[in-house]
Parts: sequence; structure tokens; C-alpha cells
Amino acid sequence: MSDTTDPTTASGPVLAADGTPLKRSLARSLRMQKTRALLLIAPLLAFVLISFVTPIGQMLYRSVENDIVADTLPLTVAELKSWDATSDELPSETVYEAFIRDMLIAVEAKNHTRLGSRLNYEKTGMSSLFRRSGRQIEKLNIETDGPFKEALIDIDKNWGEVETWATIKTHSGRTTSGYFLNAVDMQKTPEGAAWQPESKQILLTLFGRTLWMSLLITFSCILLAYPVAWLLANLPTRTSNLLLILVLLPFWTSLLVRTSAWKVMLQQQGVINDVLVWIGLVADENRLVMINNQFGTIVAMTHILLPFMILPMYSVMQTIPPTYLRAAKSLGATDWTAFWRVYFPQTVPGIGAGSILVFILSIGYYITPEIVGGTKGVFISNRIAYHISSSLNWGLAAALGTILLIVVLGLYWCYDRIVGIDNVKLG
Amino acid sequence: MTLKRTLASTMAILVAAGMAQADGEMASDMTIVSWGGAYQKSQVNAYAVPYMENNAGVTINWDESSNEAVAKLRAQNEAGNITWDLVDVVAADAIRLCDEGLAMEFEADELLAPGDDGTPASEDFGDLLVSDCFIPQIVYSTTFGYRTDLVGDTPPDDICDVFDLEAYPGKRSLEKRPINNMEWALLCDGVSKDEVYDVLSTPEGQDKALAKLDTIKDSVVWWSAGADTPQLLADGEIVMGSTYNGRLFSVIEEQKQPVAMLWDAQVFDLDGWIIPAGLSDERLARVKDFVRISTDTQRLADQAKYISYGPARKSSAPLVGKHIDLGIEMAPHMPTDPNNAKNTFLYNYEFWADYRDDIDAKFQAWLAK
Repeated sequence: MSDTTDPTTASGPVLAADGTPLKRSLARSLRMQKTRALLLIAPLLAFVLISFVTPIGQMLYRSVENDIVADTLPLTVAELKSWDATSDELPSETVYEAFIRDMLIAVEAKNHTRLGSRLNYEKTGMSSLFRRSGRQIEKLNIETDGPFKEALIDIDKNWGEVETWATIKTHSGRTTSGYFLNAVDMQKTPEGAAWQPESKQILLTLFGRTLWMSLLITFSCILLAYPVAWLLANLPTRTSNLLLILVLLPFWTSLLVRTSAWKVMLQQQGVINDVLVWIGLVADENRLVMINNQFGTIVAMTHILLPFMILPMYSVMQTIPPTYLRAAKSLGATDWTAFWRVYFPQTVPGIGAGSILVFILSIGYYITPEIVGGTKGVFISNRIAYHISSSLNWGLAAALGTILLIVVLGLYWCYDRIVGIDNVKLG
Repeated sequence: MTLKRTLASTMAILVAAGMAQADGEMASDMTIVSWGGAYQKSQVNAYAVPYMENNAGVTINWDESSNEAVAKLRAQNEAGNITWDLVDVVAADAIRLCDEGLAMEFEADELLAPGDDGTPASEDFGDLLVSDCFIPQIVYSTTFGYRTDLVGDTPPDDICDVFDLEAYPGKRSLEKRPINNMEWALLCDGVSKDEVYDVLSTPEGQDKALAKLDTIKDSVVWWSAGADTPQLLADGEIVMGSTYNGRLFSVIEEQKQPVAMLWDAQVFDLDGWIIPAGLSDERLARVKDFVRISTDTQRLADQAKYISYGPARKSSAPLVGKHIDLGIEMAPHMPTDPNNAKNTFLYNYEFWADYRDDIDAKFQAWLAK
């Protein structure tokens, strides 16, 4: 292979051993390298695309998807186009006939109850209206039993109400802003977007609470983690290893175990209250309420997320040479100045990394708030979980999730502008 | 060419394997989904163990996902890959699954064995067949337990004692959802039993129930898992709290805690099987065989040996015996026992199917206030 480095003496472009110009040869080998690298990561790329991007994309799409009305009642939706939902008049007989035609097919396929559940998110009572009516409509004959307006109102008087038809018309589009409006305590009406009644407004409060409490948790994590990380980085290796184990052990312990432990410790008949009563700080009948509220959530989550703050801080502090501080002091700086002007700025990347980790993790927490949060300490994710697994309103859950995602991305962007993401150091 | 050949041979093997499986009439394994804990254990002991003894070679896998069964079944259905064969759900979920077309409809007398006295299944289960897809197993109640040592000399005997902070000071625990709580609140606000759901269907009625709950709001610990109340009672955190009667039975009889049960206005509910829609023929055949045997008169009565939930068949009630470990008679601990069922409250599935979203939003907003 000695001839590959053989210098060419001819004039013109530098040639490789095989006679092609060196530039082209180099480009080719680079391309091959790139292809090889791409092939190596191809499985990972495919995995991420298939198992991560696609499902998230599909879930996000659910927040606007609304095919069910148009698919189940195609004729009715077409006929309703010419009807004015804001007028006080019922739709005409043609709409009713189209509806019966649609329903006969839907009942056969058992789709009408699904549609009922969908519309029930918008108007209470639609679910049972469709279920009950389905059984009666099944018996109708489209050729002989007309006219259908009266027949349908006979089946259920709700079919004689403008509001029922207005709901169907309002939500008949293939995409809907309804879920997003619901997610911010509003609703879609024939007249446009409107606020939910005050007694049902909860989600904006929860968004605000989630952000505010996540900030509090991040902040208390910074306060607690900073001295610990400093100790870890500056103590002799033997002692700091022991300390590190103390940090890592809870980190490896199950989240549920730690949460439940806090529940036992903080409850009114719990260890902490018992001790306080025993030393006489608190009267027996005035035991402190420390769990099933915001306080409980903040304490438990700060404890659980603390290692996520300590570890990046520790890894950054470890790289700061102690000589800098000594140099600062020898130049006449007080302890505080040396810390604040020399040491602290160098730890900012660690604080930044820890804060991002803790904040983003805590925004999505739902098990801990569910267990220790009571009523005042639950997060928006608890509502998302509820809509995913209990109410099955996946559209609303997707809208809530999308908003949460956008908020996180927005905060990330702000963070990048203010602190600079390049300053973040994870290790 | 080699790739083509590999593909072809793989296909051949797959087809052969598929045909081999189709040869047998019934699948040799099935996945049953239930709630875990003592309840699932009672099903394993009463149904699965005897079934596997009589059908050598059949494996039954157990899953504990019933609390999110509806969501998961919907996801499996959308993905077109049903991995569950039999799912244990509460009646309300069964109705929902049936509505969404996710559960299989069946003819009760065809699928289920007649009672051992010969009554057809449809009569033996009677009103408990609340949905065309639902195979009831047990009747359970949501009721209150209280600490005998914390309630003074006159233990509570009325549901409204829960709302009486003067006579029974201390914390109570209630479930973190409107269902049951709204009904109890109205009952104690002077609404008669027959009118509860009529009142609750109006915004004024809902406000009335929330106003009643407001009177004890500061003294309530809200639970979301069935195990919370027994734990809180055992710790002495609360004076009284609502939960499922089987959980209270275990606190009282198995753990011997100073707890007693309040059998007033307890809410009857059902738990049972649904068969997911869209199973292959041989899997369906196996499930049908299992369901027919596991819900016969003797098997349902057997389950009551392990847990204090009443069998859903009328013909099973006389066969209920003693607890397998404790040796105590189980009949007096059943929610269906005449002494316990003097003043029960019937849960209205239809109402909650309609009003759940609406009232839940109000309830959660009220909680957060």
C-alpha cells in the first residue's frame, strides 16, 4: 500500500494512485464513510421514527381529528349544510330522512353509540340519546315509514330540539378546534368559541398550577442540590464516594416506594407529626397537615427529582480547578467575592442542565401528585391520564398534551435565548 | 434470488404453523385480565386452577390491567391486534365497551350454563345482565367503614353521619370522583332515593350536592385507589371512609383492625367478564368453554370462599360456605345478605354514561377551588 502515498509529479490536478483526481477520490471515500455511518445508525433512526415520532404524531393529530361525525352521518352532514343552526327553526324533513338513512347503516355497524359518546363530550345526554334511539330506528323502514320528522321526535323528544341538531352541525367538520377550545376551558358553539360556565373551568388553573409548582420544585432542587454537589466535588474521594452512594441509592429506588414513604412520614398520625407532638412543638389536636396538598407534592417531588439536579451540578463542579478560587483569594477577593465572581459563574452550565431536566420531568409527573397531591396539588398530567384511561376522551387528552408540549418547547426556546443551550453540560 | 427463497420458505413455515394451530378446535392458551390482589386470587383459585386441572395442556396467563381495560381494549382494537381473551371489568365499563363495539355480544342462555337447579342463565342472573356483552360474576358494594375506637359510644348507623362533623369529628375519606359522592350528598340533603338521579340531572341539583359536600370538604381525604381507605383507617388518619366492602372485610377479619362496617345506602355494583370482539375462532372457542364453566353455580359460590363479594347467580347464594383460611361463615359478610342489604342504593348506569363528563368537570373544578 506504499504507492497510495506516492506523490504525483505531473502538473494539473493532484492525482490519487489509481489516476483519478485526489479531490474526487477524497469525496468518494468521505461519501462512503458517511453512508457507512448512516447505515450504522439506520436501525436506531428507524426505531425512533417508528416507535417514537409516529405514535406521537398520531396522538397529536387526534387533537384536531373529527372524522366520526362526517363518516357516520354523511348524508345528514350534507343536508345540514343549508340549515342555519342559530335560527330557532328545526331542520327540514329532508334532514330527518337523511339522518334515518345514515342511522340505519350506523346501527347495523354499531357505530351510532360511538358517535353518541363523541357528541356527549360536547352536550350531555347525547350518549344515551343515540343508544336509545338506535334501537327504535332499527325497526323503521326507510321506504314506508315516512315522514320521519314526527316519527323521530316520537322516539325521543330531544330530536325535536334545535340544540341537538346544532350540536351535530357544529361538530360535523373533519377537523375540529373543539378539543383545543375545551383544553383551555372554552367550548365550540354555533356562534363560535365561548367560555365554559365558570363552574366547569378547571384546566387553565391546572396548567398554571403545573407550571408554577414545577418552577417551585426546580428552585428548591437548586437550593438543596448546590451544597450537596459542592461537597461531592470537593471532599476527598473516599468520603465523596460514600456521599455519592447516598445520592444514588434513593435515585435507584422505585418512585412509588419513595412517594408512599413520604405519605407515611408526613401524614397526621405519621412519624414527623408524632415527633413534633412528642417534643412539644405542636399540640396533639393541632397536628400539621403536610400531605394531600401542594406542600406534600412539592416535598415528595423535590426529593424524587433531587438526583437529577445533583448529578449534572456535580459533574460540572468536578471540572472546576480549585486553583481558580485560590488565585482569586490571593489577589485579595473575599470568600464571597471569590465564590460569586469566580466559582458560581462556572457552575451555571450545571445548574442549567439540572434545571431543564428537573423542570421538564416535573411538568409531566402524574403518579406522585396523584398519590400525595390531594385536591390542591394535582397537575395537568393527572387530567390527561384521566381522559386517556377513564373518560376515553382521547381528543381532549391529545389537545392537553399538545399544549403542554408547546409550552415546554416555548420555555426551552426562551431558555436557549437567555442562558444559551450550548452552556448546558450534562457531564 | 436467495432473499426471495428465504421469504418464500418463511411464509411456508408461517402458513404451516398457522394451519397447525387451526387444527385444534380450541387455542391452548389464553390471557385473562383482572384487577390483581385478593380479588384476582379468588378468581385463580375458584376458576382457573380447577379448569387447568380438567384441561391438561391449557395455560392461562393473567394480566392485572383491568383499571385501564377500556382504554387498552380500544387501543388494541385500533391497532387490529387483540391480545386479551377475557377481561374482568365493572358493569359501567362493560356497557361502554359494548357501546363502542369492543366487546362481543352474546345470547345469555346459549353462552352460560343453566343454574344447578335448572333455571336458564337469563333468569338465574336476572336483572344483573345489565348489558348484552356483560357476564356478571360478583356483586360488590361501595360502603363506609369506621374506626370503632374513634367514634365514641354511638357508632354511626346512618349514611348521613358521614356529613355530621359535630357528632363524629375527624377526617373522612371519599373517592376523588363524583360518582357515589353526589348521590350520598343528595340523600343526606333530604332528597328521596327515587328522585336522586332526577335531581342530579339538573344544574341546580348538582350545585345542591356540591353544596352539601362543601360542608365537610375541609375534613375529607380524597382517595383514588381502593386500598387507600383501609390503609387510612388502619393508621387512624380518618374516622370513616368509603371503599369496596371486600377491602373492609380484609381489614376487619384478616387484619383484625378496630374497624366496623356501615351498611347504609351502600351502592351496589357489579363486576364480571367481557369477551373482546374480534377473537379468532379457536381462541373464542376456548374462552367460551372457560366462561361457561367458570360462571356456573358452583364456581361462583366457590369464589365467595376467598373474598366477601356476593355471587351474581341466584342459585349460588345458598351454596356460599366458609372462608377458606379464616373458617368464618361468608354469607353474613356479603353485600347481598338481607341484614346488610336493608337500605341499599342502586347505581344508575344510564345516568352516569350521559353525565359523567359534565359532572366530573364540575366536580374537579369544585375540588380545586
